[in-house]
Amino acid sequence: MAGAHAASTDPDALSWYEATARQRVVALADPGSFQEFLPPTERRMSPHLPLFDLPRAFDDGIVVGRAALDGKPVLVAAQEGRFMGGAFGEIHGAKLVGLLRAALTLKPAAVLILFDTGGVRLQEANAGETAIAETMRAIVDVRAAGIPVIGLIGGRAGCYGGGGLIAGTCSRLAVSEGGRISVSGPEVIETNKGAEEFDSRDRALVWRTMGGKHRRLIGGADAFCTDSVSAFREAALDLIGRAPAFDLATLEAEQARLESRIARFGDCRDATEIWARLGVNDSEAVPAMDTRAFDETVSRVREADHDAR
Amino acid sequence: MESLTFRHTTQKPLPGSVPNAITGVVASGNLEILLERVLPPDACEVAIETPIAGYGPVWEAVVADFVARAQPGGLRISINDGGARPDTVSLRLLQGARLMEA
Repeated sequence: MAGAHAASTDPDALSWYEATARQRVVALADPGSFQEFLPPTERRMSPHLPLFDLPRAFDDGIVVGRAALDGKPVLVAAQEGRFMGGAFGEIHGAKLVGLLRAALTLKPAAVLILFDTGGVRLQEANAGETAIAETMRAIVDVRAAGIPVIGLIGGRAGCYGGGGLIAGTCSRLAVSEGGRISVSGPEVIETNKGAEEFDSRDRALVWRTMGGKHRRLIGGADAFCTDSVSAFREAALDLIGRAPAFDLATLEAEQARLESRIARFGDCRDATEIWARLGVNDSEAVPAMDTRAFDETVSRVREADHDAR
Repeated sequence: MESLTFRHTTQKPLPGSVPNAITGVVASGNLEILLERVLPPDACEVAIETPIAGYGPVWEAVVADFVARAQPGGLRISINDGGARPDTVSLRLLQGARLMEA
């Protein structure tokens, strides 16, 4: 198995942000337990990229397979954010959809999606958009079958575009400081609305608007991790154990929660205003907090934990 | 895209029994290398796909240097290049051979 021999891996020392998709999967799972489906030796590559004179990847930028997590069987998908921004192409998307559909038969304890994506791959946009829709549908089916789908977000590409939509359909999300979750990315907003609306080069603005801490504080993510593979492993195990029911009551609560969010924060001009309204005493201090101080802050914010995202 | 293939005869097989390995990522200035132990023990083949055309002689020299140093007999090596510099290519090839020896 090509993946099993990728360079690795002490989960405590390995930075999630710096690691490749293969390193993340191998270090996240119980040692030696990862088995890859459609490994690089199968050469399932994009049929579209050569038309654009662009290089392909043997795995089309996503690693999928089965593994054990603390002895429990799980299915895992990991996007490689450095290959074309982790974007969804035809093969890439088909591998994720296939994995989710297999979950209905294999009935694992959970499906883990290690997001690292800018969204749809523009060179194969129709196939990519279809893949986003099929993935969301497949996640709904998996959750309806009682299997939690957990998203882990802390890669350099963040989780944007269709990836952000898919993340919204997961049972639970864990995010690190480096992770970002949104639909339109900073450059997209700036291009369409101007730098006065959103300056994509203002990194502090980007992180406090889309970053892991903000998403955790408003309840968009359910766990905040330090940037190590072992922290994400711990978070994944915790989140599998407290995945919400997937029923009408949860969805109605989610709708009500989103309506109250826009009513409560709709006039805020900056994330720090939202944090202040949430009851964070020193909202300006949030970006510099370490994980422990931030966890304490989160524990005092009622909206941060809610079954509806 | 330019496709290049180089075939070499080695004096000995690469030690170890790992059947295949992959290293690197197709990204700007980087490349991925897939190694498979599928050839006769004195043969090595390196196939390259690169979007940067016109560097055949450089690839040829880097591959010949790698084969002389690592003696990677038995390996079929497939490369997806993202525009890596020759020193990066050389390091990745040696890294890949090391993974196969493990």
